[in-house]
Amino acid sequence: MTDWLHLVLLIALVVVALDLARLRDLFAAAMLTGFFSLLCAVYYTIVDAVDVAFTEAAVGAGLSTVLMLGALSLLDERVETGRVRNRIGALSAALAVAAMMLYATPDMPAYGDPTSPVNQPDRPAWRYVHQSGKEIGVPNIVTSVLASYRGYDTLGETNVIFTAGLAVYALLAGVRRKRGQDAE
Amino acid sequence: MQSDVVLRVVSKFLIPFILLFAFYVQFHGDFSPGGGFQAGVILAAGIILYALVFGVAASFRIVPMRATQIGAAIGVMIYGGTGVVSLLRGARYLDYNALAHDPVHGQHLGIFMVELGVGIGVASTMLWLFYSFTSHKLRRDGQS
Repeated sequence: MTDWLHLVLLIALVVVALDLARLRDLFAAAMLTGFFSLLCAVYYTIVDAVDVAFTEAAVGAGLSTVLMLGALSLLDERVETGRVRNRIGALSAALAVAAMMLYATPDMPAYGDPTSPVNQPDRPAWRYVHQSGKEIGVPNIVTSVLASYRGYDTLGETNVIFTAGLAVYALLAGVRRKRGQDAE
Repeated sequence: MQSDVVLRVVSKFLIPFILLFAFYVQFHGDFSPGGGFQAGVILAAGIILYALVFGVAASFRIVPMRATQIGAAIGVMIYGGTGVVSLLRGARYLDYNALAHDPVHGQHLGIFMVELGVGIGVASTMLWLFYSFTSHKLRRDGQS
């Protein structure tokens, strides 16, 4: 049953991705990226990565679509997306990235592999799974890892988000100042 | 912004639940999926929905641009400050064991504070991004 669901979702992802590449309308493309994220979120839920699915649904399908539409509203009514000149170059770049990912995928440990890092007592992942209940006392291991074991990483991520807000504001406020000077 | 009556009524009905769900995700993140980041995004999404239906001017009256900027900085400072507190209590940076007498209590307190910082920071920054785009458009349309 879930095998069928995997297949249907993965095929739907490919169809949406191909459709996205073909689209010339930016508004439709923004909506379709949101739909792509929603499909990803459903897929993450099926493979039991609920925290990732939650984030994908909230950020990918929800907020980033709205922000994309906000950015689109700054553009003129009809913006033509330029035609790709170097089609063979673009295609070979996409194929090269796909080949690299396919090459790297078998290095991931198989599901339930006894030699994977989670099942090695001398690796940190073992400690996260087996000791976090005693050390941190939080049932959701994802929260323990993100907020405590990997607290420095999350501090960095929070700073990245803050910097992103600052950068967008600086860019858009900077445009205003230049326009104001032109008017004088 | 003129909008549909159905849209107004339905969103007015939904927004309190969206905001409440954000707080649930924030404070229940220890036990269920989610945490500060997701809660912040949901909170911002609730306010953005309000802005989309009732106009950005109305949402500026609830959460002004200035508040989102200050909130974004405060969120990062709560996170970094938690680390400084553990430094002051003689432990390493962001070592929550030192925050209370019992290490597990310290971990709970540390995670709570850190997630609170992430939640405030993310909610404010997402709203700040949205405001930056929309107020730029308002300004530009007003000029031309």
